[in-house]
Amino acid sequence: MPARSGPNQVIVMSKLISLVPLFPLLGFLINGLGRKILSKQLISLVGVGTVAASFVVSLLIFFEVRQEGFQPDIVHLFNFIDTGKIHIPFAFQVDQLSILFLLIITGVGTLIHLYSTAYMHEEAAPHFARYFAYLNLFVFSMLLLVLGANYVIMFIGWEGVGLCSYLLIGFWFKNDAFNDAAKKAFVMNRIGDLGFLLAVFWMFSQFGSAGFTEVFAQGPQAPAMVITGITLLLFLAATGKSAQIPLFTWLPDAMAGPTPVSALIHAATMVTAGIYMVARSHVLFDLAPITQHTIALIGLATALLAATIAIKQNDIKKVLAYSTVSQLGYMFLGLGVGAYTGAIFHVMTHAFFKALLFLGAGSVIHAMHHEQDIRNMGGLKKFMPVTHITFLIGCLAIAGIPPFSGFFSKDEILMGAFVRNPVYYVLGVAGALMTAFYMFRLYAMTFQGQFRGTEKQRNDLHESPSAMTIPLIILAILSFAGGLVGIPEVFARDAHRLEHFLAPVLQMAGVSETSQGHLSHSFELMLMGATVLLILGAIFLALKTFSRYERKGESAGGLGRLFENKWYVDELYDAIVNKPLKSLGGFLNGVVEKLGIDGIVNGMGRGVQYAGRQLRLLQSGQVGSYILIMVVATVILFIIQLFWKH
Amino acid sequence: MPVNYYIFLAIALFCIGIAGVLTRRNAIIIFMCIELMLNAVNILLVSFSRMHYLKALAVDKATTAGTEAQLFVFFIMVVAAAEVSVGLAIIVMMYRNIHSVDVNFLNRLKH
Repeated sequence: MPARSGPNQVIVMSKLISLVPLFPLLGFLINGLGRKILSKQLISLVGVGTVAASFVVSLLIFFEVRQEGFQPDIVHLFNFIDTGKIHIPFAFQVDQLSILFLLIITGVGTLIHLYSTAYMHEEAAPHFARYFAYLNLFVFSMLLLVLGANYVIMFIGWEGVGLCSYLLIGFWFKNDAFNDAAKKAFVMNRIGDLGFLLAVFWMFSQFGSAGFTEVFAQGPQAPAMVITGITLLLFLAATGKSAQIPLFTWLPDAMAGPTPVSALIHAATMVTAGIYMVARSHVLFDLAPITQHTIALIGLATALLAATIAIKQNDIKKVLAYSTVSQLGYMFLGLGVGAYTGAIFHVMTHAFFKALLFLGAGSVIHAMHHEQDIRNMGGLKKFMPVTHITFLIGCLAIAGIPPFSGFFSKDEILMGAFVRNPVYYVLGVAGALMTAFYMFRLYAMTFQGQFRGTEKQRNDLHESPSAMTIPLIILAILSFAGGLVGIPEVFARDAHRLEHFLAPVLQMAGVSETSQGHLSHSFELMLMGATVLLILGAIFLALKTFSRYERKGESAGGLGRLFENKWYVDELYDAIVNKPLKSLGGFLNGVVEKLGIDGIVNGMGRGVQYAGRQLRLLQSGQVGSYILIMVVATVILFIIQLFWKH
Repeated sequence: MPVNYYIFLAIALFCIGIAGVLTRRNAIIIFMCIELMLNAVNILLVSFSRMHYLKALAVDKATTAGTEAQLFVFFIMVVAAAEVSVGLAIIVMMYRNIHSVDVNFLNRLKH
């Protein structure tokens, strides 16, 4: 319907688009301000309802955007900063990429909000309201992040999600360990944010603007060094937010927060902000091959490192956390090799299946009364059939078994990697095998075999309420079918609907995506087949090894111990950052402060006291000596006056 | 007679006064030395007054230049007389209390 495009359409949409972030903001204000008076039912209604309303509006906009002849549009709301040479409008970017993210954020967000109403029901009403207020604020910030039409607005959202992440990780603030995890997440994110901020400043000095349109239009004329610098700084920001080497250690610790938070923030949405940002700025990244290589290498390294760690973890959420880090690594690999559609596709499918897995894990934790160690689980499939089936679907999806969604998106990234460099492909497949292995290890230890927990836990085992299982079922359907929007060319011509949908955004600069037509179809099919067979082997191995898992005093040696201790990365950071900083602090405290600054202050006092003690001796009470001093002083004054030059 | 002689005399008297104040411990002697210093100043004032008067007289027969200093001298004498009466009263009181006029015993104010 090309005839409908015109000013009319723009007006309708500009009114609608500002509603999308507005609803969660309202929800945040209502729940935040009324937390002492609202009842739990009302809080749930506001919390879930506002995000659901955003989702409905996003859907309406989506139907407009997917029409033929839609042009990416910038909706200008008001001037944010307007001073001197700097003009920053508060504007929203409405195009295929942002609308896709809107759908993921509000859609998955609604399900997770719904799930939270049941998961958090033990909390007292004020804390319940605080939780939903934070969650709504997070959705608002995230929407701002993906909707912003310039890097400044994006940065506001970027900081906002970091703040909400901090608040929600430390939601149970009475536990010091959780607070430490929250602080760790915040501080590590700050390192990345500094990169973002510097990149924005650099853009202002180079291009005079931070608007996407202006920056991308002027990008090709700028010196290559500048573009490389800006993109590297942006990528530093992405490593912080999206938990890549070297700033990934905060994400596993972030599992201290409530499980729905892990699902929403630390799996489905916030951690993909880095991928969104790189994909959004792909015009700049295409101009900087050095950065692209860096991204691909770091992504691949993170994917493999995190996968090896996940194999040896025993905390159900930690396994999923490392799995998230690993999958994010895959997305960056996709971005690095130019398979932008693949990366975005993987963001989408990952949002579905990882949210599903986290919510499933939450369901298990809920049933086990906050037990998270999978060595104490086992045999749960009898007790929790819905959780079991949906979790299995999530595992199959993440492992990459066709036709589950993870297969298509991961395959697209791996094919993109193969075209760029077959070594990337081989390593990527190795990571995929590890993914399948640790996911089915997790599955087998949780749901198969005999129950290994206490008798009390066994008696209390129950399936979760429907507010928890309904989101699980919906996400399971999405995890199963979500891949069908991106069926590769090999299976059906022009079936990759997502690629067509995103094409206007991701090919704007005329730099074509790494075309996957280079591989012959038969070769591609062969690669796929081999990969799937290997993955099936890994799954079989994991199921066989861990289905009959018995608890015994095992102590891993060599490589296993390295994995179990997370490659000692935390210890390494401790040794190279914390220890020197602490000893520097100790030095400043013990030496500079005590001897230097305190020395000066105390020295002043001591000097005055000493001088007073000595001067007191003059006050002898002997009239004669006073007069003598007077006379001597007078004589001295006379002598000075004699030699005084006027 | 040139004014220099008067100045030397005044300096000599003043130095004798200072030396007396510094070296003697008897309060009455110190008192006398202070009088000596005051009178040294008086001599200076009178002699300078005379000097100015003679200089001005050569120009103007009816001048009164320098006469103020003569008045000052009388003021100083009156004040000195008052001071002596007060000072001697203090010394008498001191002698009654500590049976001594030695100023070195008057060091109680140091604490």
